[in-house]
Amino acid sequence: MVGDSKVSRDGTDRRGRSGPPGWYAPLAQDPGFLLLRRRFLVAAAGVTAAFFGWYAVYVALSAFARGFMARQVAGHVNVALLLGVLQFASTFLLAWAYLAYARRRLDPLAEDLRSRHPSALGNGVTR
Amino acid sequence: MPALDGRALTCTLFVVFVLITLGITVWARANTNGADDFYAGGRTFNGAQNGIALAGDYMSAASFLGIAGLIALSGYDGFLYSIGFLVAWLLTLLLVELMRNAGRFTMADVLAHRVRRQPPVRRAAVVSTVTVSVFYLLAQMVGAGALVSLLLGIHRGREFLGMSAGTARTATIVVVGALMICYVMFGGMKATTWVQIIKAVLLMAGALVLTGMVLARFGFDLGSMLGSAAHASGKGEAFLRPGLRYGKDVPGDAYQTIVNKLDFISLAIALLLGTAGLPHIVTRFFAVPDAKAARTSVSWAIGLVGVFYLMTLALGFGAAALVGRKAIVAQDPSGNTAAPQLAQELGRHLGGRVGGDILLAFIGAVAFATILAVVAGLVLASSTSLAHDYFGQVLMLGRPRESQEVAVARFASFLVGSLAIVLAVVARNLNVAFLVALAFAIAAASNLPAIVLTLFWRRFNSAGVTAGIYGGLISSLVLVFFSPVVSGKVDPVTGENLALFPKGVDFHLFPLENPGIVSIPIGFLCAVAGAFLGREKADRALYDDMSVRALTGAGSH
Repeated sequence: MVGDSKVSRDGTDRRGRSGPPGWYAPLAQDPGFLLLRRRFLVAAAGVTAAFFGWYAVYVALSAFARGFMARQVAGHVNVALLLGVLQFASTFLLAWAYLAYARRRLDPLAEDLRSRHPSALGNGVTR
Repeated sequence: MPALDGRALTCTLFVVFVLITLGITVWARANTNGADDFYAGGRTFNGAQNGIALAGDYMSAASFLGIAGLIALSGYDGFLYSIGFLVAWLLTLLLVELMRNAGRFTMADVLAHRVRRQPPVRRAAVVSTVTVSVFYLLAQMVGAGALVSLLLGIHRGREFLGMSAGTARTATIVVVGALMICYVMFGGMKATTWVQIIKAVLLMAGALVLTGMVLARFGFDLGSMLGSAAHASGKGEAFLRPGLRYGKDVPGDAYQTIVNKLDFISLAIALLLGTAGLPHIVTRFFAVPDAKAARTSVSWAIGLVGVFYLMTLALGFGAAALVGRKAIVAQDPSGNTAAPQLAQELGRHLGGRVGGDILLAFIGAVAFATILAVVAGLVLASSTSLAHDYFGQVLMLGRPRESQEVAVARFASFLVGSLAIVLAVVARNLNVAFLVALAFAIAAASNLPAIVLTLFWRRFNSAGVTAGIYGGLISSLVLVFFSPVVSGKVDPVTGENLALFPKGVDFHLFPLENPGIVSIPIGFLCAVAGAFLGREKADRALYDDMSVRALTGAGSH
């Protein structure tokens, strides 16, 4: 990045990793990159919609549907407690699903892009 | 003199923790040579280590003692709070890799990557980073003063080592402040991370032990624990439902009922959207070698934070059932001592008075470690931002000598730490607990719009970043200033003053205590309007460059 003592005038740092600003811009038109970006955006939008929507429903129920939340399911366990614990479960599940998706569908594409682009040789991969 | 041995034991454990962490600081000082070391611990931490530290940074005393206390006194609503704290991490998980790849040490690095004129963007980021950190610090340190006094059993009217309760409180704040400055100034990110890791392990272990003991007391029957808690609370089944504290229904006052519900929703939104913009969390994204490790860190944090908050259910309901509301409120009206009191009760049941003292001392030490670690993380985040963004990039026009910048960072940590100590001493008797929620609201209103739009909106530019940050920051501050937490809030039952200003002063205009529901949309609107009105056009090549770096990790530091 610009502006470090380790960075020379053209913006490449001592280990030749960073590259000047705009260095990677050409890669933005690469079909591989476009695919990567689309996959990331779809996954991120899906996860966000899921957790945001489900959390909003939960908060709204807590604020406005107290009778429903108070219904007893088993003994002292009521709907509110059950939904609360389900929020935990869904958070774990969504995180796990996103991690698995990223490993299978995003990482290989990113790795491929890093190694294929001639200017990117030796960049960011090894450290 | 009750529990004198227990107090000696608590003190001993405090001292042991301090000595170990100071030892780590000395080691870290010898191994910290440049900016990479000071700001990012040399990027040598692996995903798991950094994830544990991330959880440590996040689980403040406010969430350990605060949420356990909240559940113990308000039942289900404390749990509601912790859910917001956890779900927020999903947003962080989505953003962490992009921020790690596009940035270098700070949030400002991410925001400045694609703009031509960096100084205004950096300056805005520094202002919001320091504001959020100082508010959060203030809340933690004032809390620490009260808490450590309680843990050591220093009550009003009694003396401890020749000090009155008031003096002991001030002394605690100064000691905590001095230690946090010491960790950061000398040990930088390396010392702070190890302090964080030790604290997180202690905290998880402590919570695990207490949870196990609580469940064992009820024969591992959750229903019987919940039943006893509800019964002991005096509120019956209502204790297990939402509504005792947040979004309260006020019979016969429809306006106040709606205000309460909106306030609750406002808090929930700020908790959900604030986490990914908290400076001490963002700084930690850079302590790992690459984006994959950053992702691993966040997944560890999600696991640890989630399990921890599930355990606070047992701690809170356990305290309600076994310690009882009366005993908790007698120690601390806000319930912060519920977990330590529960520890004492559980230990006493198992091993008499000595058992109680041992377990109390252990949990007291865990709480102490928690406070110290979190404040150190906050001081590190703000000094990193001041030195790297303001000194290095704005004042020195991006060409500082590295040794100079690190020296400035050390000095900045001293400055921020001292400021926090002075403010905390001044505010030690004021109601500042609202500052934690305010810090989340500011992070959500001013940092999140700038981060998200920088990463994903092609047309975004420097005017948009600055407008978004200042718009979100100022609107949050103004709304809170005119809210009941600053003036006019009184306890409806006891008539006790709950606001920052003394009783009788009341200039509140904005009915909600949490500004998020208004200020977060304002932050986004200002960012978008700024981008359209600003003269600078977005640079297509810089945006493309940032997208490629952010998504693939090419050329990352």
